[in-house]
Amino acid sequence: MDKFFQPQTTRTSQKQQKHVATPEAQPWVEKYRPKTIEEVASQEHTVAVLRKSLMSSNLPHMLFYGPPGNGKTSTILALSRQLFGPDNFRTRVLELNASDERGISIVREKIKDFARQTPRAITTSSDGKTYPCPPFKIIILDEADSMTQDAQAALRRIMETYARITRFCLVCNYVTRIIEPLASRCSKFRFLPLAPQSAETRLSQIATAESIPLSQPVVRTLISTSQGDLRRAITYLQSASRLALVSQPREDITVRDVQEIAGVVPDAVMVDFAGVIGVEVEREVGEDGMEVDEKPVQGKAKGFDDIRAKVREIVREGYSASQLLLQLHDMIILHPTLTSRAKSKCALVLAEADKALCDGADEELWILEVGVRVWKAVSDSR
Amino acid sequence: MSLWVDKYRPKTLDDLHYHEGLSTRLKSLADSPDFPHMLFYGPSGAGKKTRIGCTLRALFGQGVEKLKIDQRVFLTPSKRKLDLNVVSSNYHTEITPSEVGNYDRVVIQEILKEIAQTQQVDMNAKQRFKVVVLNDADSLSRDAQAALRRTMEKYMTNIRIILCANSTSKLIAPIKSRCLLVRVAAPTFQEMKTVLEHVAKKEKFDLPETASHSIIEDSNGNMRKALLVFEALKMQSTDLSGPLTIAKPDWETYCYKVADMILQEQTPQRVMDVRAKLYELLSHCIPPTVVLKTIADRIVQNVDEALKADIMHWAAIYEVRMRNGNKKIFHLEAWVVKVMSLYKHFFYDIDMTGFDDC
Repeated sequence: MDKFFQPQTTRTSQKQQKHVATPEAQPWVEKYRPKTIEEVASQEHTVAVLRKSLMSSNLPHMLFYGPPGNGKTSTILALSRQLFGPDNFRTRVLELNASDERGISIVREKIKDFARQTPRAITTSSDGKTYPCPPFKIIILDEADSMTQDAQAALRRIMETYARITRFCLVCNYVTRIIEPLASRCSKFRFLPLAPQSAETRLSQIATAESIPLSQPVVRTLISTSQGDLRRAITYLQSASRLALVSQPREDITVRDVQEIAGVVPDAVMVDFAGVIGVEVEREVGEDGMEVDEKPVQGKAKGFDDIRAKVREIVREGYSASQLLLQLHDMIILHPTLTSRAKSKCALVLAEADKALCDGADEELWILEVGVRVWKAVSDSR
Repeated sequence: MSLWVDKYRPKTLDDLHYHEGLSTRLKSLADSPDFPHMLFYGPSGAGKKTRIGCTLRALFGQGVEKLKIDQRVFLTPSKRKLDLNVVSSNYHTEITPSEVGNYDRVVIQEILKEIAQTQQVDMNAKQRFKVVVLNDADSLSRDAQAALRRTMEKYMTNIRIILCANSTSKLIAPIKSRCLLVRVAAPTFQEMKTVLEHVAKKEKFDLPETASHSIIEDSNGNMRKALLVFEALKMQSTDLSGPLTIAKPDWETYCYKVADMILQEQTPQRVMDVRAKLYELLSHCIPPTVVLKTIADRIVQNVDEALKADIMHWAAIYEVRMRNGNKKIFHLEAWVVKVMSLYKHFFYDIDMTGFDDC
């Protein structure tokens, strides 16, 4: 949506006032969106198919699905840009994305109206390049899985009636939420989770373009905290660099910065907590050696009151409970010496706690509950 | 005369007493050309609001302190009228969307769009954008958050949003990834002491060590509570010497009484008595979660080690049920009975395994 509106607003406002929408204010996610489909990272299969269709200038209806932040929207935007060029882009592409304006009425009015128009081509483009500019328009429905069933049903006929002059591209996370008749009208493309290497190259490209120094551990932290979502990784990188740039004297981005922005509970706190509830963790030396204090952890499980005191402390620090559970989960499941029985018991507790937190339960009570029950499970297994 | 909490609330980022690292960051962010959307989170009384106020002041100068309060009326699609208090200055607007409960989406859409679509008219303003502060962001409904998401991207040139929440658990990921997360931890013992001493110095009297200790112990990291208690104590005895008794709030002593009642006797008659007391508490608008937590806290202080974990376990379980359910009192009572039976069985040493899961 941004892409769609941005050129207009900036152009008009630039005439009146210079300092509106400076390039710095633009999110990097938008700034570094791939311009061509070749630039899209690690989706070889999809890109190969689309390249073919670019050559023959014909396109089926398409359905892109896959986890967030691996380039679905970027691909279709880049593709339509390559098909139509900057001049025709605005008249030929309609992008609709959030959940609030796609009720059935919008499908009936806005989409239908747009689908109905016969495209007019401007053959000569302003930047001198020639674009294929095939005789159809593209309607991109981003986050299509949040469309209501009714709205999707209303689309069915529209897709067929105007197939001659309009192509639809549905983008979604969960393909199962798209009703069957719609899915069968589209050719499906699955977007694989991003490989860490390609995410890494992309991040370092951006870092070089923005001329910010970026160390290897920071890149790794960015990727691990964002869990394969490149958009999140880039947003974190931007926020972190913002902080690093404005700090006096200028500092480089540290692992701690990234973790703080992502809301991750620091390892030291986690290890402490795990120690109190009886999950021994071997201490790794922190990346910059600062976070980890040298005291050896008291491996022996302590009593209820210690756990409660620790939980109080964590809650006072303001860490989010769901994040804490997530990290605790990783710690327990990947733990080298715990018995499987203890691990499964812990998993049960964590699942219950997650459900409770989703229902809006009190965080302190549930962290305590998880702590005590994990502690019991672990000490029973010894 | 205003309360000390307000009187000595820091006005600028330089005046803040603790979290210096955070303050310098906020200051440089306010000076830099791109100010992001922000999300402040942390326990209550840690100073989130104060920091937001200081940041606004750093962004726009003194103008933000000229506040006016409006009552706005909104119309839902189903033609229901909603009233909402809006605090605003020329540069920012502050709303608490949870005031209107389920209809917060309407408010978010209307207010934000209205503000976002107009540009800053004051040509002397330091920034070209306006700021909207949303309090209590963690009680925003899903719909409202989804609506926010779109607005945050689209109107980035005209508007910045500052969210203020207790925890980030209840915010959807897209919102979190669009904001700069700022964690405001509760102040430590030493930090609170500095603040108290600062206030004492401004009020021109000496603060004895023992007094500040007991105030801080009592406040449990809540700066606002500490200052209020401090002022109350000062009213009681002017020199703050001798043994101080920090008056507990009524409901807290009442909760303690209930806890003691549960432990003294476990009979159906006692359940009825407790029930009456619980009703009393609820009818005075004490949130049921707070009641449950306070009683549970008190009980685990006075029981055997083996029982503590179980009592907290059931407290956690019944708390969730209470949230999902409709009648709070049912679940409170159920928990009380559960605790009583646990306690009694523990003493008579009856095997409980058959009754464990209900």
